Amino acid sequence: MADSTVKELFEDISSYSHAVIAYVGEDGYPMNVAADFKPNPAKGTIELSRPAVPVEPVEGAEVNVTFSHIRPYPGVGYDQRRYVSVWGKLTKANGSLEVTPERTHGWDEERMHFFELCERSVPSAHRYMQKLSEERGEPVKTKMSLGWLIFLTTRVPFLTATFVPILLGAMVARNDGFSAWWLFLLCLLGGSAIHLGLNVANDVSDATSGADFANANPTMFSGGSRMIQYGLVGLKTMKMVSLACYAVGIGIGLYLTATRGTELLWIGVAGVFLSIFYTAPPFKLVHRGMGEIAVALGFGPIMVLGTYFVIAQRLTFEAFYASLPVAIFIMLVLYVNQVPDRPADEKAGKKTIVVRLPKNAIVKGYAASVIAAFALIVVGAVTGIMPIWTLLALGTIPLALKVHKALTSHYESPYELMDGMGKNIMLHLFSGLALVLGYLIAVIF
Amino acid sequence: MFKSCNQPFRTQLAATTILDRMGVLPKEVEELLNAALVAELTVINRKGQPVTYPLIPLYDGQFIYMTSSVLFAKKLEHMKANPRVSVTITDPIGAAVEPFRRATIQGDARIIEDDLHSGWEGHVGDLWIAKEPIVKDLIKKRFAMPLFWERSVIEITPKRGLLWPGGRTDQPPQQFSTEQAA
Repeated sequence: MADSTVKELFEDISSYSHAVIAYVGEDGYPMNVAADFKPNPAKGTIELSRPAVPVEPVEGAEVNVTFSHIRPYPGVGYDQRRYVSVWGKLTKANGSLEVTPERTHGWDEERMHFFELCERSVPSAHRYMQKLSEERGEPVKTKMSLGWLIFLTTRVPFLTATFVPILLGAMVARNDGFSAWWLFLLCLLGGSAIHLGLNVANDVSDATSGADFANANPTMFSGGSRMIQYGLVGLKTMKMVSLACYAVGIGIGLYLTATRGTELLWIGVAGVFLSIFYTAPPFKLVHRGMGEIAVALGFGPIMVLGTYFVIAQRLTFEAFYASLPVAIFIMLVLYVNQVPDRPADEKAGKKTIVVRLPKNAIVKGYAASVIAAFALIVVGAVTGIMPIWTLLALGTIPLALKVHKALTSHYESPYELMDGMGKNIMLHLFSGLALVLGYLIAVIF
Repeated sequence: MFKSCNQPFRTQLAATTILDRMGVLPKEVEELLNAALVAELTVINRKGQPVTYPLIPLYDGQFIYMTSSVLFAKKLEHMKANPRVSVTITDPIGAAVEPFRRATIQGDARIIEDDLHSGWEGHVGDLWIAKEPIVKDLIKKRFAMPLFWERSVIEITPKRGLLWPGGRTDQPPQQFSTEQAA
């Protein structure tokens, strides 16, 4: 081992209370036993106390010395897991044992999160299950109930991004004197189908490009559904699910176009275009740093105006204006969720804005966008473009501040950033619902 | 930092004693196994080299159990090729027993994996939850880490072992054997 590696090793093991030396006995059984230890930097060896055992390790034998640590949590389990394992040749001197390190292996959950350790081990799991399949002559696969498979593959919780603008569009129409709950429900169903189709298509694209396979730090908000990577759903099935979702969404859109007005066609075509070419060639918008614009347009003006038109059969500047803060907040959900994905995205050639720009610019960009969104709400409420009660959305400013702080502090730590990502999604959801509530109060009073 | 042993080993080795038994292992060893949150499992790889893994030991009075996710299956492959293993419990923090003691148990491992998805729950689920209660909540959320919960069971039949009643491994241990208990 290189001197620098040995030096690092000695620093690593200095925090452990004892060692466990393991060797193979004459009878072919391994023996392992605790021993006190002392690194000898001058000789580059680890000295171990000589344990009292029936059969000692033989001089010159390859032994394994392991150091491990946990911190118990009574009634729960334990944390602070770490271990270092060293292999080397054994010598005996002055009544003690000495091991010259030749290779080392270990894990410290404070340096590599357990989730990341698991993600990096996924190919190993597949190899093992493939071996079992060959031994048994039948496939050995990861299992999950159908309900969870559907829920996770399509990423149903992300539908808040669709629910908010469609509900807002319906509320703006209601405020203008137009309502039809069944049309609202059709818009919701069609918009949701397109969104779920997009989610699955995104997974297909990221699997094909290698972005998701290269991502060792996925979170519940980023890195895709992982269904393909975990072997739960095949690529072909994902493509079919995506196509089916798009078929449902487009079918509903065509019905609404036929029954409510052909102006809807252009809104719908724009929405489907942005959705499909978000990842599909030749445009691959997200790969070109235009994902945020696509998401803002699609989950902002297109959904709000589309719903408004379906119910009111007209388009207004006020409906368009109401969509703008929601568009910015949903854009920021994608923006922040892409932060942990940037190493894997960059490797796969997916040049999102977050990949292109340094941390400083991204954090400032977040702040500027949030300020713009809240400014739009204030201007809209004060000028009468939106009901004054939409100022209720300013109640979500503390959430924005928390997200900004999380971005600043945890930009390089995906798992620490997860709480911030969650709050950012809540910011979009609650600010959108507050706008809806503002319109509802205006309708009632 | 440690004491050296100057006398030849064989003159120090205490006579084998037959210790109090509850299951197949001496009571002091069973207490240690039941208390330990971590043990070191040493297996032998295809090159004949020892490889040690820290794992949580579970014990039902007859076998020592451990479980391994398919994510970390290398040890399973080693044991399938060579079932001879050694388990030692050494950590005073990870195994809170009074008085502190250490033990090493040698035996033969069998890998049980006919049902990776839920077979392990039937074999060792209760034992695991009793030792690490948070596992019960984590199992409910297994959809979040599906591969981690596809697991094999390592069933170790103890053959013989060593007990250091005071935890000092530089002192002669008491030896025990399951053949003696039979």
